[in-house]
Amino acid sequence: MIKIENISKNYNNVKALKKVSFNVKDGQLFGLIGPDGAGKTSLFRILTTLLIPSEGKASIDNFDTVKNYKEIRRIIGYMPERFSLYMDLTVQENLNFFATVFNTTIEENYDLIKDIYQMLEPFKNRKAGDLSGGMKQKLALSCALIHQPKYLLLDEPTTGVDPVSRKDFWEMLQKLQTKGLTTLVSTPFMDDAELCDEVALIQNGEIMSIDSPKNITQKYPHKLWEIITLNNYHTLKILDNFTNKISAFAFGNAIHLACSEKTNKEDIESFLAQNNIKAKSIKIINPRIEDAFMELMT
Amino acid sequence: MRKILFIIQKEFKQIFRNKAMKPILFVMPFVQLAVLSYTADFTVKNINLFVQDMDNSVLSKELISKIAAFNNFNLKEISNSYKKGFYKIQQNNIDVIVSIPQNFSKNLQTNKKTEVAIIADAINGTKAGVSINYLQNIILDFTKEQASKKGFTNIKQGVNIIKRNWFNPLLNYKLFMVPGILVLLVTMIALFLSGMNIVREKEIGTIEQLNVTPIKKYQFIIGKLLPFLILGIFEFSIGLIIAVLWFKVPILGSITLIYLFTIVYLILILGIGMLISTITNTQQQALFLAWFFSVIFILMSGLFTPIESMPVWAQNITLFNPIRYYVEVIRLIMLKGSSFSSISNNFIIISFAAIFVNLLAVFNYQKTV
Repeated sequence: MIKIENISKNYNNVKALKKVSFNVKDGQLFGLIGPDGAGKTSLFRILTTLLIPSEGKASIDNFDTVKNYKEIRRIIGYMPERFSLYMDLTVQENLNFFATVFNTTIEENYDLIKDIYQMLEPFKNRKAGDLSGGMKQKLALSCALIHQPKYLLLDEPTTGVDPVSRKDFWEMLQKLQTKGLTTLVSTPFMDDAELCDEVALIQNGEIMSIDSPKNITQKYPHKLWEIITLNNYHTLKILDNFTNKISAFAFGNAIHLACSEKTNKEDIESFLAQNNIKAKSIKIINPRIEDAFMELMT
Repeated sequence: MRKILFIIQKEFKQIFRNKAMKPILFVMPFVQLAVLSYTADFTVKNINLFVQDMDNSVLSKELISKIAAFNNFNLKEISNSYKKGFYKIQQNNIDVIVSIPQNFSKNLQTNKKTEVAIIADAINGTKAGVSINYLQNIILDFTKEQASKKGFTNIKQGVNIIKRNWFNPLLNYKLFMVPGILVLLVTMIALFLSGMNIVREKEIGTIEQLNVTPIKKYQFIIGKLLPFLILGIFEFSIGLIIAVLWFKVPILGSITLIYLFTIVYLILILGIGMLISTITNTQQQALFLAWFFSVIFILMSGLFTPIESMPVWAQNITLFNPIRYYVEVIRLIMLKGSSFSSISNNFIIISFAAIFVNLLAVFNYQKTV
């Protein structure tokens, strides 16, 4: 179990983390969701023993991250936000190097990394620096798994990776979960969050909500409408004057409008018509993590 | 042990895959050794001379031709105008003016006191000093000759100095410079390569990945240090071969002793590099810091200017300069054939410094912040 109790971290006057507490149960795929600068990386660096918290304590498998850092380093696999393998070594050489550093060999742990490594195998003599973004991610994951860690900590593994590779990557994580790995993963992508067992929403160093993605969306208190118009930006501005409005945000090519319970489609249609806006579609939708996040943020 | 070997193997792979590294290791040092050994020459040549001859006599002409016969002078002009000469000094066309007064010949023949003025452009102090020295000798020689011709005996005869240069009989400056330059090359290569190394892992982020592994500090530092020690010794050996075969520098002392000292010295320099690497965050910072130290070390090493002529406070600073000790030892062993007992002091100092600096580097390399 990963236990985080009242962790705070200050960099001079900046409070990166404010009394953060949560637990990751064994076997869970736990997502830490938050925008850039929310304190995700600081929390990861504390858990991976690279940073000492200003206050509070954290433990992994009952090993304290400050006192028992040596034990922790043996049982975790860490993938930093930045690709940090040797660009001038080949795929094979990188794997061999990290295996040796952990006193093991690729063969000994082949079982765990097999699925991922097979995808890399055609490129095994290529330098890591010459791999595509998705392949780099796979290599980094293999290197983090090479010593059969019990806990996997992935700091924004899918940032800068194309959507297809991102999907692949999450499938790999879910597969690893079936092998008993406990995974803590951070991401700024809300749709990643829906693939986790449990998510913690973090903002400005504070945890805003911890629950399963399903519960988080179920807790969303308003009726949510999706509106698509020709000029969403203009529509958003006009919607400011809509009396039933609770919140309105742009999501991709649509507007998500939260309204009071009694609002119906005609109310919205007539309001838009009054303002000379033609809606391509107006429909009720189920809230997603992102909507819940926006709701919590405001 | 396996871990250390693996780190070493990884370092070598990275060094040889780096495109810039091969020329830095295999071309640059030897070009420097070849070029610098020919240029770092302390004898002063091509001194441009202007003679103001106000006497215009047989004797003054004789003196002028005697001076002109000296190889290191280029007699540019003889004139009776001092102004013209001074103008040429200002123009940077002339280095020294020799001014022969009126009545020079008359005074000499009547055994009266006479003076010849030497005016040197002292912007380049060394050149001026050496030129004046040459001229004094020539003029003294000339007066002695004249005196003995005329049978004057009361001219001031100085003590007759008989020079003999031990260990370097022909005053071949190359014998003196080549070992020193060899030292510089080995130092620079070792300092820069090691200084840029750990910080590079910081820059590309791999240190983050390494830090969460159970690798131990000492394993990491040794794994980083050994490849450069091996490269340093390799560089030194090639340099030594060039010095002996091309520049004909003798090795009078024991080669084993040279290598023993070189290894200890390299460990010290690599330790300094590692220390630089641990206290900086980017390769640029490391490079500037390495430059700062190498410039001070080199200029205060006694290689280009004798330590004895530095002010006392500066002499005290040189006590902390590893190059100083190494230059001294290499020259002693190669040119004088000194044995261990005469370099033991330097050996002990460098050994202790090596241990101290490396411990500091290991200590300073923090895995946690």
